[in-house]
Amino acid sequence: MSSAPTVAPSARPPAPGPRGRWERLRGELRLWRPLDLLGVAAAWAVGLLLIAVAGSLIVYMGVKGLQYINLDLLLSRPQTGSDQSQTGGILDPILGTLMIIFIATAIALPLAVGSAIWIVEYGRPRWLARVVESAIEVIAGAPSIVIAIFGLAIFQLPMMSWASFAAADGGGVFGRSFIAAGSVMSLIAVPSIFATTREALQSVPRHVREASYGLGKTRWATIRRVLLPTVRPDIATGTALGMGRIAGDTAIIVLLLGATLQLQSGSDIPGVGILQGTGSTLTSYVYNNSPTGEGNAPEKAYAAAFVLMLLIIGLNLLVSAIGRRRAGNDLPR
Amino acid sequence: MLRSLRQPLTDRRAERLLGTSAVAVVLIIVAMVVFIAIAAWPSFQHNGLAWFGSGGDVDKQLGDMIQATGADGRDAYQLRAWPLIYATALTTVLAVVIATISAVLAAIFIVELAPPRLRALVVPVVRLLAAVPSVIYGLIGILVLVPFVNDNLINEGQRESVAYVITPNGPGLLVAVLLLTLMITPIMIALIVDALSAVPRGWREGALALGVTRWRAIMSVSVRAIRPAIVAAAVLASARALGEAIMLSMVSGSKGFAPKPWDGILFLFEPLRPLAATIAEQSEGMQAPALKASVYAMALVLLLSSLMLSVGSSLIKRSLRLGTAR
Repeated sequence: MSSAPTVAPSARPPAPGPRGRWERLRGELRLWRPLDLLGVAAAWAVGLLLIAVAGSLIVYMGVKGLQYINLDLLLSRPQTGSDQSQTGGILDPILGTLMIIFIATAIALPLAVGSAIWIVEYGRPRWLARVVESAIEVIAGAPSIVIAIFGLAIFQLPMMSWASFAAADGGGVFGRSFIAAGSVMSLIAVPSIFATTREALQSVPRHVREASYGLGKTRWATIRRVLLPTVRPDIATGTALGMGRIAGDTAIIVLLLGATLQLQSGSDIPGVGILQGTGSTLTSYVYNNSPTGEGNAPEKAYAAAFVLMLLIIGLNLLVSAIGRRRAGNDLPR
Repeated sequence: MLRSLRQPLTDRRAERLLGTSAVAVVLIIVAMVVFIAIAAWPSFQHNGLAWFGSGGDVDKQLGDMIQATGADGRDAYQLRAWPLIYATALTTVLAVVIATISAVLAAIFIVELAPPRLRALVVPVVRLLAAVPSVIYGLIGILVLVPFVNDNLINEGQRESVAYVITPNGPGLLVAVLLLTLMITPIMIALIVDALSAVPRGWREGALALGVTRWRAIMSVSVRAIRPAIVAAAVLASARALGEAIMLSMVSGSKGFAPKPWDGILFLFEPLRPLAATIAEQSEGMQAPALKASVYAMALVLLLSSLMLSVGSSLIKRSLRLGTAR
């Protein structure tokens, strides 16, 4: 079947143990067919290329970001200006990002955790449970721009004029505000929170629940006092993952937040006015300052991108930290 | 009354409360599909199946819609979206094919071939790459790759040969596919590495004991066993690539042009604009009813494609799983 391998007649057998590793490897590789060697070489090449690309990406973003960032940039508000030195800082985009994360998570958490609990603990009628799971899969797979367009359709209805600017003379509802963007953004986080919560609830062994029922607690009390505290780390993991996706999503922000640099109030009600108003987030700031947007201020874009990357890396580290703490704290199951 | 609120909820009340949140999610999704379909209907009604065909300059048709002055005639809705659909399919298919091959090779590297210290370096790197937002890839693309392509890879002769139709000045198919691949590969690597590590060691060791070389053992046993996972990863990646709007609107050239493969190497530098990027760019002018209907029609096409992708993937996974003797 395979060609007879040619062995050098005078070769000593390679030394055993680590010292002979290279010789043994070379001896084995000589017996391989070229296609197999090509495969191994390709795998190594792709692996090293991946490290190289990621490394250069991180280094480049780091260098460029640190080059342009300073405390003044972080704390001053952006302004329009014809010259780079007049365009101010990135305080409003940072605030915008934090607000969006907060609003979206606040809406997504009850929806996702409630649905997960219902699916695992109750789940009747069965067809409804299947429908709910399929619906969440649809959200998970839908492109964020489609979800954004849907949000625009909803929030431009006259019925929703409380959520954003409404032109004084009854013109078209503006439909773009923090409330609009935050509510639609919550759909992006729901699948991650739902998935982690559901898996965690399903992995709680039955005897824990049965012990609780045996002691006379109702189902709801069991959920509230026994199950939810157990899965709290997993909910936190899913939430942090969802927050990462929220922080990085640009399509919904561009469509639903209006494109003002600074936070503008939508009405005169204090507090709520900010929510009804428009603003920007780090992602839309980067988009607008790149050559495609109007700003064309690459330095500010790099600085904002650097802050965004720090935020996302921080959220990812939070996820790993929760995971590690959980592994230490768990009672044996 | 307050005391009754503080008593523990009975189970049936709790079930209804939780069920409400679950049903709310379903209603939101149903509302999403219904709303988009209703808003998209006028565009399909006026164009029929020719909506998917080609004919005329799609950018000009979209521009005409913005300028149409209220005369709601038949011509106001005309749209032949084939260049956009072709651009979407082209970028998605190319990116997913390249990403699948790279992801499988990288996963084999991580799980089988890498020395332990290198593996400890690569795994956090992949996780980091998967978390980078798409707008940052777009920023790097437009500030680093596009000038590079513009200055070094396109020469004047090629530029002049197409000067009457398009101006290839950097953003185009090559940069778009490259960045899209870079974006979806880490996601696929994470899924495939999980699946590859779950293949029982005994299977591979059995193959090795029969005298197969190590590479062949990996390919014929492990990779073959995780085919459902590879399909799932590919579908997830293509759903992500299909819906990528912002990054592609930055680097793909923003022109509704269908790149022609028979242009030779210039094919790689021709500008294009997938459906999602078109939606993102046209979203400001949506006061014109014709444009609004067209944009929603594009959104409906994207939504239905991603739905079909998930349905198709579960079908393929089921058939693959039935095929393996497990």
